[in-house]
Amino acid sequence: MSFLFEKYYQIRLGLKRLPDLLRNSLLAAIMACLLAIVGFSQSWNLAFSLLNMCLISAIMALGVNIQWGYAGLFNAGIMGFAALGGLAAVLISVDPVKAAWAAGGQGLLFGFSIGVLTIYSVRFVWKRLSYSGSKRYSITILILVVGLATMRFFTDPATLAIEAVDAAKSGYLGGLGMPIMFSWIVGGLLAAGVAWVIGKISLGLRSDYLAIATLGISEIIIYFLKFEDWLTRGVKNVNGLPRPVPYEINLQNEAWFQQVTSTLDVSVVDASSLIVKACYTGIFLAVLLAVIWFSETALRAPWGRMMRAIRDNEIAATAMGKNVQKQHLQVFVLGSAVIGIAGAMLVTLDGQFTPTSYQPLRFTFLIWVMVIIGGSGNNWGAVLGGFVIWFFWIEAEPVGLWLITFLTSGMEPTNWLRLHLIQNAAHTRLITMGLVLLLTLRFAPRGLIPEAKR
Amino acid sequence: MEGSLNSLALLVNYIFVPGFAYGSQLALGALGVTMIYAVLNFSNFSHGEIMSFGAMITILVTYWFQGLGISVHPLPTALIALPVGIGGAILLCLLLDRLVFSFYRQQRANSVTYLIVSIGVMFVIGGITRFIIGPDDRNFNDGERFVLKARTFKEMTGLSEGVAIKSSQAITVASAFIVVAAVFWFLSRTRTGKSMRAYSNNPDLALLSGIDPNRVVFLAWVITAGLAAIAGTLYGLDKSYKPLVFLHLVLPIFAAAIVGGVGSPLGAIVGGFVIAFSELFITFAYKKVAAYLLGDGVLGDGLLQLLSTDYKFAVSFIILVVVLLIKPTGIFSGKSI
Repeated sequence: MSFLFEKYYQIRLGLKRLPDLLRNSLLAAIMACLLAIVGFSQSWNLAFSLLNMCLISAIMALGVNIQWGYAGLFNAGIMGFAALGGLAAVLISVDPVKAAWAAGGQGLLFGFSIGVLTIYSVRFVWKRLSYSGSKRYSITILILVVGLATMRFFTDPATLAIEAVDAAKSGYLGGLGMPIMFSWIVGGLLAAGVAWVIGKISLGLRSDYLAIATLGISEIIIYFLKFEDWLTRGVKNVNGLPRPVPYEINLQNEAWFQQVTSTLDVSVVDASSLIVKACYTGIFLAVLLAVIWFSETALRAPWGRMMRAIRDNEIAATAMGKNVQKQHLQVFVLGSAVIGIAGAMLVTLDGQFTPTSYQPLRFTFLIWVMVIIGGSGNNWGAVLGGFVIWFFWIEAEPVGLWLITFLTSGMEPTNWLRLHLIQNAAHTRLITMGLVLLLTLRFAPRGLIPEAKR
Repeated sequence: MEGSLNSLALLVNYIFVPGFAYGSQLALGALGVTMIYAVLNFSNFSHGEIMSFGAMITILVTYWFQGLGISVHPLPTALIALPVGIGGAILLCLLLDRLVFSFYRQQRANSVTYLIVSIGVMFVIGGITRFIIGPDDRNFNDGERFVLKARTFKEMTGLSEGVAIKSSQAITVASAFIVVAAVFWFLSRTRTGKSMRAYSNNPDLALLSGIDPNRVVFLAWVITAGLAAIAGTLYGLDKSYKPLVFLHLVLPIFAAAIVGGVGSPLGAIVGGFVIAFSELFITFAYKKVAAYLLGDGVLGDGLLQLLSTDYKFAVSFIILVVVLLIKPTGIFSGKSI
């Protein structure tokens, strides 16, 4: 046992002494090999869909890294921002449902203006009555209740009317009917706008309160998307979003495509879906590189130096005349925008918006594991973490199943323990992720690619 | 007169009875969170999964007892299996502390590191629980279903609205009361409890006065684990046991702890009830109440509901956010047991 540990420390020391570039390219090469193994042993289609999801995860991890690695802000609301990006994909790309607008558009708009008015008057009254004790609470609550009730008096019939319009197919307002790639930008902006509000509310809090507040707010966002059918169709999902890349069926019908595949002697169906996936890979890679370029440039600029100074010692940074709260808000908004972009890309890739698929485990905590394992504060680390963790998140299931089948192969095929283990093998990935996170935090807290000393 | 009595019966049946049961469950959970926060100074995200783990062991032992034919009929078998569940949760927590948390305590890690570590722990325990018992819904309440049936109540009082009290609700409130009283007695009357409070107030000073920090931490984990196992089992008895639920239950529990004031046991109890009752009050449709009080259709034919029931869980987060906004330290401000 001690021999193993010695070996481990030797390897670790060796890793440290390797020049950074060599180590990084080694890690990247290992990752590429892993994907290639999947390609050869399972299928290239699977390898490419893994790669696409890895790219999206990497962008999300980059967004979190901007908040956590640069500024030390613990954002546990990643799920909410990703979902907002997804919402943008729907609102931009789907064709508007004119009948629904005619049925309830006016009532809805009127109701919402009352809602906005209520919020402003609550804010006004709250500020105005700051020295009047319990009167402050009762008046605010009264305005809130009356305002909400009036708003719902107008919006409730309007939403019912909208949801009644051809409920099986639409039953919502639809979108703007624009190209879906445009929604990536809008998704970023939408997430940034919401992040600004959330940041205004919660950035003054203690770091672990910030985590709980953002976690709670992200849940509220998901509830909103799940139950406001007039906007998102709720649990009925929005399917068949337009694509930025060609459809497989169109490719298969092209004469030139059939010719190429017959000369290469590959199946038309496989080749077409592979090409579609490769197109996505190309676009995603371009976005990833752009985000990395921006964040690396920012990190090297005086802005990055200032952010690190604030992260490492807020008091000293304040003494140097830096407005810590303002910078925190800025970096929170920027990071959330990146997450929103990734969320919109994810929905584009899936071709459907499913509010119920947003689970904190998958969208918040998993992204956190990516950032921490990759190496917080290092963009390349976040990217690598996104790749590695997504890969293992998907592959842990078949590997775990294989391992359990192998380990229990000595037992009778009808042994209850064996059956139980095989049935519940899927849950091993949760255990694996937790263990990987705990071991990294304990033995290599700076991650696979540690932050560079500057 | 009868109209107002009927509307009262409605409110009791749909708000007060479920509110007391759910509030007790939240209060027990929040008390555990607050205990760890007061002594170890971090927000323990894995608390929900510890609850789930304790409940799981209780359920497995319940099944075993049922197989042996042991039962305490009007009461559910789970009550006699609960001590084993508590024991299991305590063992789990002590093991966790030894393997994971003690390292960070020695390092004097900051609270965010602790938070991330507890998320890792949450993954592992959640995975283990689902691995052992599977992700399905389980109903293990084999006791009498009702203490008071709606029909009996109607016959007794002659009102047209009934009040029903499920036995699981009565058990929840009763056992929560006993447990909370015991914890408060322990903290305020015993020497060990006082030493815990001293440690939470000022660890260095407590160390100087000869209080053994390891013992305090040990006790904090034991109490937390016990509370978690009880809360998890009661929640499972009342609704039904499903491992996935506990991930989502963590948030209302944290909301309760923060609303009451993290680190304050009294605050955790009050916070639990505040969250539970506001969830019910805000999402309750007052249409029938208004009909009894003012006559049918006076206030229009809306449901008279502030927020639709879909948003039941969201209410606790909204309250949490509002409290963090206007009074981040909670109702009973300050950290100390």
